Amino acid sequence: MKILTTPRMERCIGCNSCSLACARQMHKKLSWLASGIRIISSGGMSTGFEAKICLACNPAPCAEACPTDAFSQRRGGGVIVKKKLCIRCGECAAACPVDAVYLDHDTEPFVCIHCGRCVPFCPHDCLEMRPSPREAQAGPEKTSRAKEATP
Amino acid sequence: MIRDHFRVMRVDLASGRGTIEEVDGRNTVAGGSGLGAHLFNRYGLFDRPWNDPDQPLIFAVGPLTGYFPLMSKTVCAFKSPYHDQYSESHAGGRSALALRFCDLDALVITGKAPRPSCLAVGGRQLEVTDAHFLWGLDIQRVGKRLRRMFPGSGHRSILRIGPAGENGSPMACINVDTYRHFGRMGGGGVMGSKNLKAIIIQGTETFDLPESKAYPKLFQSVYEKMTATDMMSKYHNLGTPVNLEALNELKCLPWRNLKQSTDPAVSGISGEAFADETLLRNTACSGCPVGCIHIGFVREQFDDAHHFLYRQVNYDYEPIFAVGSMLGITDKFQVLSLLDEVEKVGLDVMSAGVALAWATEALEKGILSEKETLAPLVFGDVKPYAEAVHHLGHGANDFYKLLARGALKAADRCGGADFACVLGQEMAGYATGEVFFTAQSHGLRHSHLDTGGYSYDQVHEEKDPKAAVAFLVKDEAERAFLTSMVSCLFARGVYKKDLLAECLGTLGYTALADSIDETGRRIQRLRWQTRLATGYDPAAVRIPKRFHEVVTWKGPMDSEYMQALSERYRQAIIDMGRPSSEADPQPKGETP
Repeated sequence: MKILTTPRMERCIGCNSCSLACARQMHKKLSWLASGIRIISSGGMSTGFEAKICLACNPAPCAEACPTDAFSQRRGGGVIVKKKLCIRCGECAAACPVDAVYLDHDTEPFVCIHCGRCVPFCPHDCLEMRPSPREAQAGPEKTSRAKEATP
Repeated sequence: MIRDHFRVMRVDLASGRGTIEEVDGRNTVAGGSGLGAHLFNRYGLFDRPWNDPDQPLIFAVGPLTGYFPLMSKTVCAFKSPYHDQYSESHAGGRSALALRFCDLDALVITGKAPRPSCLAVGGRQLEVTDAHFLWGLDIQRVGKRLRRMFPGSGHRSILRIGPAGENGSPMACINVDTYRHFGRMGGGGVMGSKNLKAIIIQGTETFDLPESKAYPKLFQSVYEKMTATDMMSKYHNLGTPVNLEALNELKCLPWRNLKQSTDPAVSGISGEAFADETLLRNTACSGCPVGCIHIGFVREQFDDAHHFLYRQVNYDYEPIFAVGSMLGITDKFQVLSLLDEVEKVGLDVMSAGVALAWATEALEKGILSEKETLAPLVFGDVKPYAEAVHHLGHGANDFYKLLARGALKAADRCGGADFACVLGQEMAGYATGEVFFTAQSHGLRHSHLDTGGYSYDQVHEEKDPKAAVAFLVKDEAERAFLTSMVSCLFARGVYKKDLLAECLGTLGYTALADSIDETGRRIQRLRWQTRLATGYDPAAVRIPKRFHEVVTWKGPMDSEYMQALSERYRQAIIDMGRPSSEADPQPKGETP
């Protein structure tokens, strides 16, 4: 499976088109935060930009931390999100080592699901869907407690 | 959020408290420019000076802000320290989307803080904090500190002033996110008069979009027009500096206080020269995939042991004209180093460059001495200009305090009014002809972007004052609607009436979508009514002799034509400023 990568962030102009595209297309929202990809400057506009995105952990600490299976392990890294199961506890965001899960004011989590729909909205080709380097890694495909409890 | 009224946060700096007000008028004044004038009529004090603590400083966005590409600018409305009348200034950066994500259509700041302060607003935040320790810091230094004091990287807009704003200079800009500015008409001076060093806007809210599929489909189509066509390539390729050589070729580029309109030395400061040798990268306003902001660099050796420092400096056509050709500086790196000095003190670069060009010629002619200018200003010599920028920004002596009020005001005191390149305020970089000179000198905000006068000059050979003024009036109404959305005017070739109607309709603003022409004209009238009610007398506008001496590719200026244009445009302005409909919002300062 492919994952969203940010190989050319040096080209980023900070337009936020990717964040807005994710919020618009995936969540039907106008937002630069409620998005799987968030752009920050690394210390002011003179220092260039960084993307906060899911790095497709496998196993994913956020999925392990999720008590309700709203986040479950995605093949190739990252998570599958089932919003209906989310109880807004915020444990996923606390568990993420790279601050890739955004919690809104209602503690609803927003995270990249590696769909790639933001990619065509980057005017400078900073983003790319690539095969996951963790696809072939050993390790459980499903790490949620519910799955573990199932023989 | 999409709503049929305006949600306005009003902050009183004296008490440090604010309120949220719901203001009607979405279908009559739209937002942005229209909303700015509307709110000035609600909160402004027409008969009191610009620095009265109760005067409002207004920041307004529009119904399309954030919803479509290049709807990325904020309108700042205020009573200007430059002429003590109503004015507007526009800026990009992050402020427009940050205001949108505060769920605000406008921020209105009144009162004067008891001590130097910062204002932080957000979707769920309002605080006025002591910032006396930041007073006196330049734009770059204060930016670094504010970023630490107010975390929120990437989704926060920082508006700040430098020393020029602190001392109330009519040429002080409001710096927005380091590389953009509410440049003209002295908005920075208004902030300074309120003891307001900085405004931090934290965009933290999220809104539901229309359920229909029409919106994302239309967004995609607009996005493709902005990125995939050649229409916008001028702006992100060489950027606006591409105009330097083009205007120089047409003998329309002001050189050395407009003593010349062309010079082969343009090759040292052309768009290509900057891009090839100084350009580090591009950056963008939030919500704009075009990325027209060009960042060059200044590299300075500060001792003999090969120790260097470097800074990143934004460049554009107008700044290069103002401190390049206008001052006879023909080396691109020297231009960047002067721009860097202007940025630090927080001056409007166009005003500063043009005012110093006048001072240079006045010194040359013996009207001024070094006692006034403190530095030996000579066209082409960068070092004295760097000193003079510092003096102008800090109001170093009575002369520089006077000069900051405008070159024409200084000339009226000292002499040399004939060669003060002032068209309402210090000229923009278009010596294109009679129509532009008339348009900027009389225009609402004395900006080259009020109307396309510079472009009319280049296209029309005939001298028909009636047709020219009709163009200015019509073009202004169209631009007034665009700057009420609030669109970047670089997108005016894409956002034609039909597309604007579609965008507005998709979001549910059907009444606005159906009345674009009428609303544009109404906003145009409201702005003129407001300007006139604060004391503007179009008949008092002067176009100094230097403009009549310009020779372009068309030949010498025709003073009679310029006079005819002025008379007709003045009458048009007076007509537009006359209350014409009971449905129009009425300026409260209007006298019968």
